[in-house]
Amino acid sequence: MAETEIRDADADSGKRDGDDRKFTINFGPQHPAAHGVLRLVLELDGEVVERVDPHIGLLHRGTEKLIEYKTYLQALPYFDRLDYVAPMNQEHGFSLAVEKLLGVTVPKRAQLIRVLYSEIGRLLSHLLNVTTQAMDVGALTPPLWGFEEREKLMVFYERASGSRMHAAYIRPGGVHQDLPPELVADIYAFCDPFLKVCDDIESLLTDNRIFKQRNVDIGVVSLADAWAYGFSGVMVRGSGAAWDLRKSQPYECYDELKFDIPIGKHGDCYDRYLCRMEEMRQSVKIMKQACERLATEIGPVNVENHKMVPPKRAEMKSSMEALIHHFKLYTEGYHVPKGEVYAAVEAPKGEFGVYLVADGSNRPYRCKIRAPSFVHLQAMDFLCRGHMLADVSAVLGSIDIVFGEIDR
Amino acid sequence: MDDALNKLAAYLADRLGAKLIGSEVALGELTIEVGRQHISEIITFLRDDSLCRFGCLIDICGADYPEREERFDVIYHLLSPWLNHRIRVRIKTDEASPVPSIVGVFPAANWFEREAYDLYGILFEGHPDLRRLLTDYGFQGHPLRKDFPLTGFVELRYDDELKRVVYEPVKLMQEYRSFDFLSPWEGMDSAIPGDEKAGVARDKDAKP
Repeated sequence: MAETEIRDADADSGKRDGDDRKFTINFGPQHPAAHGVLRLVLELDGEVVERVDPHIGLLHRGTEKLIEYKTYLQALPYFDRLDYVAPMNQEHGFSLAVEKLLGVTVPKRAQLIRVLYSEIGRLLSHLLNVTTQAMDVGALTPPLWGFEEREKLMVFYERASGSRMHAAYIRPGGVHQDLPPELVADIYAFCDPFLKVCDDIESLLTDNRIFKQRNVDIGVVSLADAWAYGFSGVMVRGSGAAWDLRKSQPYECYDELKFDIPIGKHGDCYDRYLCRMEEMRQSVKIMKQACERLATEIGPVNVENHKMVPPKRAEMKSSMEALIHHFKLYTEGYHVPKGEVYAAVEAPKGEFGVYLVADGSNRPYRCKIRAPSFVHLQAMDFLCRGHMLADVSAVLGSIDIVFGEIDR
Repeated sequence: MDDALNKLAAYLADRLGAKLIGSEVALGELTIEVGRQHISEIITFLRDDSLCRFGCLIDICGADYPEREERFDVIYHLLSPWLNHRIRVRIKTDEASPVPSIVGVFPAANWFEREAYDLYGILFEGHPDLRRLLTDYGFQGHPLRKDFPLTGFVELRYDDELKRVVYEPVKLMQEYRSFDFLSPWEGMDSAIPGDEKAGVARDKDAKP
């Protein structure tokens, strides 16, 4: 009965056998595996993907345009809203760019705090990515375990900056406020138990048959392709390049800390997952070193220049000059000398760069944000071609995208 | 750091000859400026030459300088992960003259060029699929140009009677306020309205 119906339909349309195997489907914009608002137009041959056309921009807020109309300090909070999974890493990139233009070096304690919070950001991002990637291929427990840890880390964000996500804490010239010793001690106490959680998550996934079937040999990228497509971060390390900006072009005090760079061999989704797991352990190692040094290294957390960093509140009550500085900094802001720089940090997702053009006024003339996810998502067509439809969400999960920074 | 970059700049000046318009090392970064007709060739050279090996395209972006005759800059950032150095390549163009696309050299250039086209209206010749990328379907104008207002021209809302999203001209509840915070003592070069001595001060500056 069913057979005759199909035959009838064929006779009506006058198509040859096999023609109706090809069709186009819309993936998203509202889809739980799209990690945000992504619309993928997929051209399929049966279940095999022939072409992927990502339509982005659904979260476009015009960040770069807005920054051109704000002072350097007002521009900073926009960076929290880019990769909202690891906000401080973005602030760090912008702060480095402004500091490079101004030619200032931040004090050691501020550098350690920045490193500490960048690594917390890396944990936040990798926890989310690893566990939701597992969810995309069918596991429910890992996200529940991972989010419990993320909650603790966001409390550390909150205790430092007053906000769980939109911190605006790492600022040009240092960090907003010093950390209380109890907070440093609590972060240190978090580190070792967290390694146990990593082991737990790994016990759910690493040897899991379903997880391996869905990820091993899926979305394979050769190293040559990875460079040609402009990949960075875990996307090149998974393919076997020992490339990490923290090691190769060290910023802050990363060159004084001991950590290793894990690399993969096969460049598939599974190797990228393993890299992220190991990177979390290395981040914990860095955090412990930073906490230890923060306990002994006491000092200022900002440059001592009140033309750039506002004076203490208490000082303003008695000093006229401090009051003037405060007023000028929060209305006019500081002027940045003419020039252009590109500053990059190793964000959890790859190389996050800020290209800043200053024209000598108090506002950036041009601020281009180079987001790692943008480059990685661009390669979706290359990564998914020839794969099955179900692999699209596995690949999407493994390239680690966040729409805040893709759409900007 | 700067020594290595100066050496690289000298090498590039030697190899590229007249195609190189200018080069500069500033703030620890090397910038070269080339003619836009040679861009594809030069990027290929930078990628393949054994002393350059810029095998990773980091970024392409536009920048708008409306007071110039050729108002747009297109800026390419390249990275060599093997030799661990970076370079910035700059070309100039305007609204009408297209820039040769480098998608054939680096597949990563595809979206960056689409983005520059979308936000600035810079045309790329030979790009396989030059569509808008970030803005809405059917969007008019190029929002990152300096003459495009921050508020845009249209706003949209869901119309409950028509049961669809409608576009309307932007209506602001109050005038857009662009405060001028620039201090009259530093950083300001235009005269304050009503300052009868503005010209006098400038003459005095000009004398020595």
